[in-house]
Amino acid sequence: MGQYYTVTIAETQESYRCLDERSVLQGMEALGKKGIPVGCRQGGCGVCKVHVLEGSYDKRVMSRAHISAEEEAEGCVLSCRIKPTSDLRLSVVGSMKKTVCRSPSTTDASLSQPT
Amino acid sequence: MAMTGVLRPGHAQIRVLDIEESVKWYTDVMGLKYQGRDSQGRAYFKTRAERDHNSIILRQSDRAGMDFFGYKVLDKVTLASLEKQLNEYGVKTERIPAGELLETGERVRFQIPTGHMIELYADKTAVGSAVGNSSPDMDIIDQPGITPIRLDHALIYGTDLDGATDLFTKVLGFTLVERVKLEDGQTDLGVWLTCSAKAHDIAIVRHGEPGKLHHVSFQLGSWEQVLRAADIMSKNRVSIDIGPTRHGITNGTTIYFFDPSGNRLETFAGGYDHYPDMEPITWSWEEVGRGIFYHDRKLNDAFLSVVT
Repeated sequence: MGQYYTVTIAETQESYRCLDERSVLQGMEALGKKGIPVGCRQGGCGVCKVHVLEGSYDKRVMSRAHISAEEEAEGCVLSCRIKPTSDLRLSVVGSMKKTVCRSPSTTDASLSQPT
Repeated sequence: MAMTGVLRPGHAQIRVLDIEESVKWYTDVMGLKYQGRDSQGRAYFKTRAERDHNSIILRQSDRAGMDFFGYKVLDKVTLASLEKQLNEYGVKTERIPAGELLETGERVRFQIPTGHMIELYADKTAVGSAVGNSSPDMDIIDQPGITPIRLDHALIYGTDLDGATDLFTKVLGFTLVERVKLEDGQTDLGVWLTCSAKAHDIAIVRHGEPGKLHHVSFQLGSWEQVLRAADIMSKNRVSIDIGPTRHGITNGTTIYFFDPSGNRLETFAGGYDHYPDMEPITWSWEEVGRGIFYHDRKLNDAFLSVVT
C-alpha cells in the first residue's frame, strides 16, 4: 500500500489526496477533481504545467518545448510527470495562463532539426 | 486516384522523450514488429501486415512531436517528376540520400505551408508481411499487443492550411474528401484529403502554431478490434484521450490515445471509399462536434488544444 500526500491547488484552495505512486495529475483525475488542465498525461503537450510552491516530488523527463531547464529547476513542471514525496502546494500555469513562466528559450525556433 | 503518383503513407518519424521506454511500449502495447536501430540510435518498426521494412521510426529528443511524414510513390520516374512539379510550383526540395533511413531509397523532402516536413520516396526494401507472399495463411493475432494492420494517415495542425491544401491537391494529386468550415462559413477549419480510395491519407487543421502533430493513425480490421485495443490500453494504463467512439467525418470508429511521450495516436476501423468524382462533404461550424465525435456530439477541449 502506497503512501498518500495532500496536494493543494493555490488558486482554488481545493486539495486532494494523491498516492505517491501516481502523478499529481493522475491523482487529481482519479478522484474526479478539477483545477489542472488535462492533456496527454505523458509529458509532451504542456497543458498541465504547474508551479510547485511548497513540497518535494520525484520527476520524469518532460518536453523542453514546454519546460526549460531553468523553469524545471525553479519548480515549474508538468504535473503529469511529478509524483509527490511530501504534501504539495502548487499554482496552475498551463492552458489559459500558458505564458506566465514561459521563457524565450522554449519557443519553437529552438526545435531541433529532423535528421 | 488511378494509383500511379503518390501511393500511400509510408513512414512517420516520431520524437520520443525516452527511447528505451518507447521501444518497449511500441513493441508490447502497440504490437508493432521491431526492425532494429540505425547508427543514430533511431528505432524502426513495421506492422505484421506491412510488407516494407519500416513505417514507424522513433527518435530520442528533448521534446515530443513528429519530424516528418513520408509517402511512397510509384517509382523513381514518378519521384523525379513530382520533385520537378514541386520545384515549378515554388516549393524547395531536398534530396536525402538512400540509406539515411534503414532499407529506404532516396527521399525528396520539403516543407509544406503548415510548417511540416513531408517526404516522398520510391523504394523501401520489401521484407514481406508476417505470412509472406507464397500461398499465405491468415495471420492469426497471437500476441498481446494491439497489432494494427498498417500506418494509415496523420492529422497535422499548422498555420497555412489553404496553402498546404493547394499543394497536396494541385501538385501531389490528392482529392478533397471532407472539410469543416469556421463560423464565417467560408474559411476551412480542417480538411481531409486522400491520394487513394481511402477516406483520408492526410488531414489538416488550422492552428496558431506551425508544424504540430495531432495524431498518427493505425488501421484495425473491425469495431471488435477497436474494443480489443481499448482493453489492451486500459490493461497497460495507456493514457486515453477519447473513445472508443465514432467520427462523423470519415465514419471511422476510433480511439485517440497517447504514446509514452504524449504523442497522440489513433487506432481506427471502417471509413468509406472515396473516388475523385465525388463531391466533398462539408460540415458547418455548428455541427463540428458531431463531425468529430459522432456520439458525444461535442468537441472536447483536448481536440483543438492538445498537440505535440
